[in-house]
Amino acid sequence: MSELLEVANLGKRFGGFVALDNIALSVRAGERLGLIGPNGSGKSTLVNCICGTLRNEQGSVRFDGRVIDSLPAHRRTRLGLARSFQLPRPFVSLSLMDNVRIPLLYTVAARGGRHAGAAIDDHCHRLLREVGLEAKAGALPRDLTQVEMRKLELARAMAAEPKLLIADEAMAGLTHSEIEDILALLVRLNEQGVTVILIEHIMRAVMSFSRRLVVLVSGRKIADGPPEEVMRDPEVERAYLGQ
Amino acid sequence: MIFSFNLLINAIVSGILIGGFYAAVTCGVSLSFGILDIVNIAQPAFIILGSYIAYTLNASLGLDPIVISIIVLPAFYLLGAVIYQIYYLAFERRGQESLRGLAFFFGLLFITEVTLVLYFGVDYRYVQAAYIGPTWHFGAIDVPLRILVPCVVSLLMIALLQLLLSRSFIGRAIMAVAQDQLALRLMAVNPVRIKRIAFGISIATASLAGAFLIIIQPVEPSVGREYIGRIFAICVLGGMGSLPGTVIAAMLIGIVESLTATFYGPSWAPAVSFGILLLTLAVRPAGLLGR
Amino acid sequence: MRTIPFLIVCLAVGAAVFAGAIASGNDYLFFAGYVVMQYIVLATAWNILGGYCGYVNFGTAGFFGIGAYVTVAIHQWHPLPIPLLVVLGGAVSAVIGYGMGYLTLRLRGAFFAIATLALAVVLETLVVNWDYVGGSRGAYIVRPEAIAPFGSYIRYMFMIMMLLAIAALTVARLIERSRLGYGLATIRDDELAAEAAGVPTLRLKLIATTISGALMGMAGAPFPYYIGYLQPDSTFGFDYAVNAIAMSVIGGTTSWVGPLIGAVLLGSLQQLATVTISSAVNLLIVGLLLVFFVIVAPNGILGLIHKYWQHKSDDFVGRRRVDLAAAAAAPAPDGAPGAPP
Repeated sequence: MSELLEVANLGKRFGGFVALDNIALSVRAGERLGLIGPNGSGKSTLVNCICGTLRNEQGSVRFDGRVIDSLPAHRRTRLGLARSFQLPRPFVSLSLMDNVRIPLLYTVAARGGRHAGAAIDDHCHRLLREVGLEAKAGALPRDLTQVEMRKLELARAMAAEPKLLIADEAMAGLTHSEIEDILALLVRLNEQGVTVILIEHIMRAVMSFSRRLVVLVSGRKIADGPPEEVMRDPEVERAYLGQ
Repeated sequence: MIFSFNLLINAIVSGILIGGFYAAVTCGVSLSFGILDIVNIAQPAFIILGSYIAYTLNASLGLDPIVISIIVLPAFYLLGAVIYQIYYLAFERRGQESLRGLAFFFGLLFITEVTLVLYFGVDYRYVQAAYIGPTWHFGAIDVPLRILVPCVVSLLMIALLQLLLSRSFIGRAIMAVAQDQLALRLMAVNPVRIKRIAFGISIATASLAGAFLIIIQPVEPSVGREYIGRIFAICVLGGMGSLPGTVIAAMLIGIVESLTATFYGPSWAPAVSFGILLLTLAVRPAGLLGR
Repeated sequence: MRTIPFLIVCLAVGAAVFAGAIASGNDYLFFAGYVVMQYIVLATAWNILGGYCGYVNFGTAGFFGIGAYVTVAIHQWHPLPIPLLVVLGGAVSAVIGYGMGYLTLRLRGAFFAIATLALAVVLETLVVNWDYVGGSRGAYIVRPEAIAPFGSYIRYMFMIMMLLAIAALTVARLIERSRLGYGLATIRDDELAAEAAGVPTLRLKLIATTISGALMGMAGAPFPYYIGYLQPDSTFGFDYAVNAIAMSVIGGTTSWVGPLIGAVLLGSLQQLATVTISSAVNLLIVGLLLVFFVIVAPNGILGLIHKYWQHKSDDFVGRRRVDLAAAAAAPAPDGAPGAPP
């Protein structure tokens, strides 16, 4: 397997606050990676830098063999990098159908994979069905619960047909069975060849999903390896139990 | 050569003086736009309103315009508090401040201007005061008192404002409100109340700025428009929400305008601030003193 | 409805309006109608950026004035037919819209709004200092008396403006239903999420600004011939900006129908009112209406209609529920504890 994502000595500061300090991370195609860390450890900042929502001051990000530091977020999405937002950011004036239609129109179409009118509708329905929102296809995001918003967030990221999907706390607040559903969905995507980075607080979910685990603490990577091994790492234990 | 050197020095001095006045005109927006993130584009209209109040009371009671503006300060503060309350209830709370909030302030700007036109007409109005007319001479440098007085009072006002923001509890709460509303809530301070107070203060400054304006030049209702570009250029250049930055930027723009007026003709001056605004936005949106 | 049938309907309505105005035998109708049509173009143009994309443009007068002064400048050199002037005015306006957008659209929306607010003042400064187009004195343009086959020139101008209005509505409607329209809506809703979904937000904003600016410039190009005497301070005044915004907001910003309703309503009201009350009172009413709508009915007349229909159907459901409840209570005809008197 080849390297899909390569992050090299990435640094990001906000004023005097160092949010990310010299992060190195590589992800091979087809991996299932868990990314954990206490609140404020820089997980979301890392995702934002990888996806182009924020610009990193230091270091570089390579994706699929090319340096993407200078690319705006939408170009990265088109290259195959999709993410869900930790706090759901739906398009509030568009129906759920249209919410998932956007990546199809702008990302998939830009790659040349043009869906015809009716096929696009079917595809939107299928995506919503996969996250269990098909019944609300015509509804507006304001009619959704927080949990449903998270599912929509995931569906929209999947709609971009990514090579790498970064799910940023997609499961917070979900019930046990809903978590199982989402995990099954992510595993299915992974089996279809999508690399997945899962950022999660729910350890049970992370442990059952991840084949590799990375731990961030105050902007630094303190562990990277097989999940069981990482969890036995005294430094990780300290970081987690210490807080 | 001597002649043009004198011209240059005089242009710079009058630029600095006018800049002091510009700082008064802008500090309200620095507060509302820079700190509270409320894009109050109606500020010029409130300033003109201040000018007309100064004019009316000056003409009828013969009071000094600056004294008048200080007397009506509370009324302007109240006006500001009421406007913020409406703004909060109608837009901020619903999270629709961007498009509709802007349209709201634009409507206020327009209504104020048209009302003034209806009531006072479009003739230029001016005020009477002892310091309007005399000019002090320092060698070749001329300092007209009608510009010096507003400049000095303006700097005084801004110094007071800066003191209020940095030393008082309310002031520090205002500075914090933009950064961390949660922390404020934890301190049992209601951010909405703080913002209402801050916005009230920002509108109150328009009372003084209006008096300064009508001391410096005759005023008609649409004069305020020339100040829109200027105010926001100064605000952005000064680093949005920093009062010292506002003063420096105001003087800089005052000087550039004054030089332009002296060497290219006064009719070009209104374009200067716009040029600077665009340039700042394109090159350094964080402003001169920005991080 | 597809675009071609839509165009045919528009043209048919336009032809009927035109025929009706001719039949009335009153040329004043054309003068008034011209202004209404002009406002349809301006409001529709404003809404393409403001309503669809959420970026507020206060520079309607600026773009309109560019169109008008391009015409004046060309007229000083050599009179050209109006349709050609429309194209040229639109082109210059589009370029300036693009340039301003390029400088400010990467930043938060407020900066773009502020820049457009200052634009009119600067353009006025330029024109005042440009003697070739009359400077501060203004420019006279003699309108030809008549033109074949329309008879009076104002009829010809009315027709041009009406065709422009139809063109503007068609463009707005096309955008609304296209990929571009979806993209603009995502920008209005959440720019970060739009980028993450692959929407090239800066490019779409620039496209919208350019189209919007071009249409405004096109609306301004014939204006010198209409007014006869063009003055910088009235051309670059706030009137156009406040009208364009008020008409869109009052009509409803989410669809091309909104600005059309707003422009026809406010435009014709103002044309009627100028006869009876001063233009300042007129503008005051527009300003008050804008503030009123933006606070009380932010989705405009379209939103109110929508709500009314929803309310009606809710009412219907509600009443049926009450009926069902009454029917369920019916088996206890007497002695049932009814509502207290």
